[in-house]
Amino acid sequence: MAQILDIKELKKKAVGIRKDVLKMLTMAGSGHTGGSLSIVEILIVLYYREMRNDPKAPKWPGRDRFLLSKGHACPALYAVLAEKGYFNKEDLWGLRKLGSKLQGHPQIGLAGIEISSGSLGQGLSIANGMALAARLDKSDTRIYCLMGDGETNEGQVWEAAMTASHYKLDSLCAIIDYNKLQIDGFCCEVKDMGAYLDKWKDFGWNVIETDGHDIEKLINAFDKAKTVKGIPTVIVAHTIKGKGVSFVENKVEWHGIAPKKEEYEKAVKELDEELKKI
Amino acid sequence: MSETKYKMIPTRDGFGHGLVELGKVNKDVVVLSADLTESTRANWFKKEFPDRFFGLGVAEQDMIGVAAGFALMGKTPFACTFGVFASGRAWDQIRVSVAYMNLNVKIVGTHGGISVGPDGATHQALEEISLMRILPNMTMIVPCDALEAKKATISAANHKGPVYIRLGRSGAPVITKEEDVFKIGKASLLKDGKDVTIFACGTMVYESLMACETLSKEGINARLINMHTPKPIDKDCIIKAAKETGAVVTAEEHTIAGGLGSAISEVLAENCPVPIKFVGVRDKFGQSGEPEELFEYFGLKAKNIVQAAKDAIAMKR
Ligand SMILES: Cc1ncc(C[n+]2csc(CCOP(=O)(O)OP(=O)(O)O)c2C)c(N)n1
Ligand SMILES: [Mg+2]
Repeated sequence: MAQILDIKELKKKAVGIRKDVLKMLTMAGSGHTGGSLSIVEILIVLYYREMRNDPKAPKWPGRDRFLLSKGHACPALYAVLAEKGYFNKEDLWGLRKLGSKLQGHPQIGLAGIEISSGSLGQGLSIANGMALAARLDKSDTRIYCLMGDGETNEGQVWEAAMTASHYKLDSLCAIIDYNKLQIDGFCCEVKDMGAYLDKWKDFGWNVIETDGHDIEKLINAFDKAKTVKGIPTVIVAHTIKGKGVSFVENKVEWHGIAPKKEEYEKAVKELDEELKKI
Repeated sequence: MSETKYKMIPTRDGFGHGLVELGKVNKDVVVLSADLTESTRANWFKKEFPDRFFGLGVAEQDMIGVAAGFALMGKTPFACTFGVFASGRAWDQIRVSVAYMNLNVKIVGTHGGISVGPDGATHQALEEISLMRILPNMTMIVPCDALEAKKATISAANHKGPVYIRLGRSGAPVITKEEDVFKIGKASLLKDGKDVTIFACGTMVYESLMACETLSKEGINARLINMHTPKPIDKDCIIKAAKETGAVVTAEEHTIAGGLGSAISEVLAENCPVPIKFVGVRDKFGQSGEPEELFEYFGLKAKNIVQAAKDAIAMKR
C-alpha cells in the first residue's frame, strides 16, 4: 500500500535513485541517461504518494497502473521498483545484460512492469484500453501514462488523446516529461509543436502545468487530477533533461549514452553534495 | 465462382455470427472497430451488446493499443477493420503492444484479397499472411468459408494469445459442414490422393476443390488439404503429404512472397524437398474489377491450379 514519506525523505530518495540510475548505466555501458534523470521526481511521487500499489503483490487487480510509454527511460523505473521492493536491488546491475529481466527497454514479466514499450507513441492507447476495461468492471483503478515531449510527435498519441476525451476517461492521467529535448535537438527545432498546452486542451483534456522536479508541486498536481471528473487529465511537467548532473543537464548529446567511469564518479560527487543540502 | 451448388456467404458474416454467439457466453469478449463496424459485421455484436462495443474512429494504431489495454485487464478484445489497415497500418503496434507481450488480442481483418473487387488495390489486402506469420507468438487463421469463419472466431476466443483472422468481403461457397471439426493449427484433409498434394487456404480451397474434379477426370488423383492456419503451420501434415505424394501445389489469394506457399516450402525445404508450384499473386498490387474477373486476371482459378499440379508432377523424377 502507498507508503507515505515526508517531502524531505522523498527528496533524498530522488538523489538515491539518480545514483542508482547512473551506476546501472555505467555498468551497462549504454543506455539513456538524460531522459531517465528527468523523470525521477515524477516516479517518486507516483510510487510513494499517489498510486495504490503493493510490491509484495505486483499483480493485485485493484492496483493503479503506471505505464512508461517512453520506454527508453526504464533505468529510472527499474531503480524505483527495486527501491520499493518489487525485486532485488542487485538485479539493477544486470541491466541490458544477456538473460537479464532488465531489458534495454521494458518488457512485461519483470515485477512491476505493466507494459512492454520502446517503440514510442503506444502507451496512451494501451492506457485507454485499461481505463475502459476498468470502467466495465466498475473498478476505481487509476491509470498513469508517462510520455516524452518528443514522443508526442507521434500521430498515435493524438489518436489516443481523442479516444480518451471521447470516452471521458477521468481515471486516466497522462504525464508529459516536458524536457524540451529529443534526439535530434530541441523539440521546437526538430518539429515545433506550437502552443503545446493548448493542443491538449483542444483535444479535450484537463491540462495541469507544473514543475516536474518539485515534489510538493507534483503532489498537488496529481491530487488535483484525481478530483477532475468527466475528462482526462494531462500533467505537463517542466523538467530538465539530465537533471541533477551539471554536465548532463540540458545536453542533447546525453540522450542515448551512458557515463564513463570518471563521469560516473564526478556525477556521484555532485549528487552527494546535493544530498547534504537537503 | 459463378455457378455452384454451394450456398454463397461471405466469411465476414460467419465471423459476425460467431461474435454474437461468443458475446452470449463469454462476458469478457469486447469488440472494437475503426469506423468499419458494419463492413466488418462487428455491428451485429454492437446491436446485442452495446456496452461491450467500442468505436475508435479511423484510428487503427490506437485501436490495437486499446485492445492491448483491454487484454492486460483480462478481457478478450476483437479489433476489427479491413485487412490492409489491420495488418499494415498498425503493424508495429501489433508487433510491440500485442505480439511481444503475447497478449490475448484478436485482430480481425476483413476484405482480404482481390475478392474485395471494385475498391481496388488500396483495399485489397494481399500481404497479411506474410506480415503476421513473421511475428513470434502470433497465430494466423484464414477460414475457407463462413462456417469455418464462425468456428475460427469461437476458437480464437478460447485460444490464449494473439490471433489474426483473415476474412473476405464477397460471397464464398460454403464447402464445409456443421459437423466438421475445426482446430487451430490442425490442417484438414478434404480429399485424399496420391499423385500430388494441393495445400490451400481461404477462397482458394474452393478453387482447389474444383481443380481436383478436373484432375480426377484426367486420371490425376490429387490430395487436397485445407491449410486454414498458416501459423502455427501443421508441419506433420505437410511432411506426410509430401512423402506420400511427391509433389506439392500451394494456392492462396495472397502474394506468394512470404505467404502460405512460403510457409509450406520452408517446412519442405528443411524436411522433405519435393517439386512445388505456387498459385498466388506474383509481386503485384491488386486492381479494380469484379472478383471473378480478378481471379481470372491474376491466375487464381481452378484451371491455374490444375496446370500447377501437372507442372509439379512433371518435375518429379
Ligand atoms: C517509434 C519510435 N521512433 C523512434 C525511436 C527512437 N527514439 C528513442 S528516444 C527518441 C526521442 C524521444 O524524445 P522524448 O520523447 O522527448 O524523450 P526524452 O527527451 O524524454 O528522452 C527517439 C526518436 C523510438 N524509440 N520509437
Ligand atoms: Mg524530451
